Amino acid sequence: MGLTIAEKIFAAHLRDEPFPGTQVLALDAVFCHEITTPLAIADLQWRGKDRVFDPDRIKAVIDHVTPAKDSQTAQQGKILREWARRHGIRDFYDIGRNGVCHALFPEQGHVRPGMTIIMGDSHTCTHGAFGAFAAGVGTTDLEVGILKGVCAFRPPVSIRVDLTGTLPPGVYAKDVILQLIGRLGVDGATDRILEFRGPVVDAFSMEARMTLCNMAVEAGATCGICLPDEVTLEYLWPFIVADYAHRAEALADYHRWHSDPDSPYERVLELDVSGLEPTVTWGYKPDQVRPVGEMAGTPVDQVYIGTCTNGRLEDLRAAADILRNRRVADTVRGIVSPATPGVYRRALDEGIIAVFLDAGFCVTNPTCGACLGMSNGVLAEGEVCAATSNRNFPGRMGRGGMVHLMSPATAAATAVTGRISDPRDFLPLLEGRKK
Amino acid sequence: MNDSVYGGPALFLDRSDINTDEIIPARYLTSVTRDALRPHLLEDLDLPGFSRDDPAFGMARVIVARRNFGCGSSREHAPWALEVNGIRTVVAESFARIFRQNMFNGGMLAVELPAGDIDRLFALAGQGAVEIRADLDRAEMVARGAGEHLVLPFTVDPFARALVRAGGWVNFADERY
Repeated sequence: MGLTIAEKIFAAHLRDEPFPGTQVLALDAVFCHEITTPLAIADLQWRGKDRVFDPDRIKAVIDHVTPAKDSQTAQQGKILREWARRHGIRDFYDIGRNGVCHALFPEQGHVRPGMTIIMGDSHTCTHGAFGAFAAGVGTTDLEVGILKGVCAFRPPVSIRVDLTGTLPPGVYAKDVILQLIGRLGVDGATDRILEFRGPVVDAFSMEARMTLCNMAVEAGATCGICLPDEVTLEYLWPFIVADYAHRAEALADYHRWHSDPDSPYERVLELDVSGLEPTVTWGYKPDQVRPVGEMAGTPVDQVYIGTCTNGRLEDLRAAADILRNRRVADTVRGIVSPATPGVYRRALDEGIIAVFLDAGFCVTNPTCGACLGMSNGVLAEGEVCAATSNRNFPGRMGRGGMVHLMSPATAAATAVTGRISDPRDFLPLLEGRKK
Repeated sequence: MNDSVYGGPALFLDRSDINTDEIIPARYLTSVTRDALRPHLLEDLDLPGFSRDDPAFGMARVIVARRNFGCGSSREHAPWALEVNGIRTVVAESFARIFRQNMFNGGMLAVELPAGDIDRLFALAGQGAVEIRADLDRAEMVARGAGEHLVLPFTVDPFARALVRAGGWVNFADERY
């Protein structure tokens, strides 16, 4: 019997098996942000163990509330900043260089195929897009990761998700993952790894793969994972050019992580995306999804484009394609937060930021902000937001507020009309051609 | 008291998929002490029959819920918010992975029971207050309600059991690695 990519990564990093069914892995990277890390730091200090296992394997960013909105959030940033300095953590991203962790760390070249990564953030599963095993953990796991460079997991059990067919225009990776979560349910992949395969994934950019893997946890999955290929290689090439003689060598190295043809899966889920519609959540759980047509006309108060799910350049481009020469409806507040300074810079260079400004959007700095109701666009009681984020839990973006999850294109179309709208009615080449 | 016995008066939350935003909203994650979470436990939970003003809420030492308890954000603030309110045991049909691990990592007890047993617990709660004691050594839970009591066996994997014994993952890992 062959091995899945996750099993290969586990085998290569197995440090200890203290009990049957528990595998302690050596970690290649521990990512940190200012919300969940300070309490780990405080506990290490209290224990007299204010140390780190390897400052070069720890990456840290202030991203959830930045710039600080009050003295408490300033204090959280201060704790992380001083800790990073104290321990010589060079890859620390502060004001001016900081962005949403799951967009920033890949962009900075901190993720490679075959790596093991933890972070005190549930959407750490995003990094599986690179063929890494990356899992969200709590503060205690993070603390042990920082101190010892290890983390315990159950042996990996994988569900293979075969994405077949051709994605229709106006339909994106976000729609695919929302549909999948709808099929799996919010706990349909608990304690499982979602291995995304098939021609649709092969054709996806790294950005689209990150969107796909980002929401794996919304089906309960430990990690989403894609097999590293030429697309992965091209994205990483600037960071690995010194490590390999040529691209073919790097590709061969990446292929060793690929799941064997006879590797075991608990189940295989196939989704033909050819008939997929733009998809929107209707309720308070990410598996409560409907085709946009069934939600069309629902009024919204705010449109929020950004986050670790959909705040990358490709996402802003898709939204800008719809917003160009159009205006946000009078009843709507449009907010866009490019996920990193790099995304922001390229969006400026491409004229995308101008499109957002001309459309009447507020452009904020990169931050997690409103996605979890922290800052930069918190909802009032009873308000409704169309968002490109990943969670529509009750009160998530502000107490008493409601969130509809959707793709950047659907969010942009919704901003223009003030009601949930089908992006295919606005795409230049598709106007009047919708089936 | 035997320190392998967890429990006390139980609070019943009759819903699946109670997420960590409902257990402790993100707006309170800006505190850097666990105690600051105390007044905000379950503040955003909108559930028929549940009120934070109910004396049973303040007395609770155990929570009983349905499926996928603790889904969503990885915030360990969720089990901490329970712990600083005296709740160190959650009984549910299933848990989200990160929440379950966070419970054991902090030396708390997350007990999974079959749906039928959870149904019986809710039925018992329908007749009045219920007190639950979970004995880790005997892997057995006793729920005492109005006029009757249930004895329910449960299983906890050996790693989780070791974490509870060690007082959490930091102690366990520090000794071993």
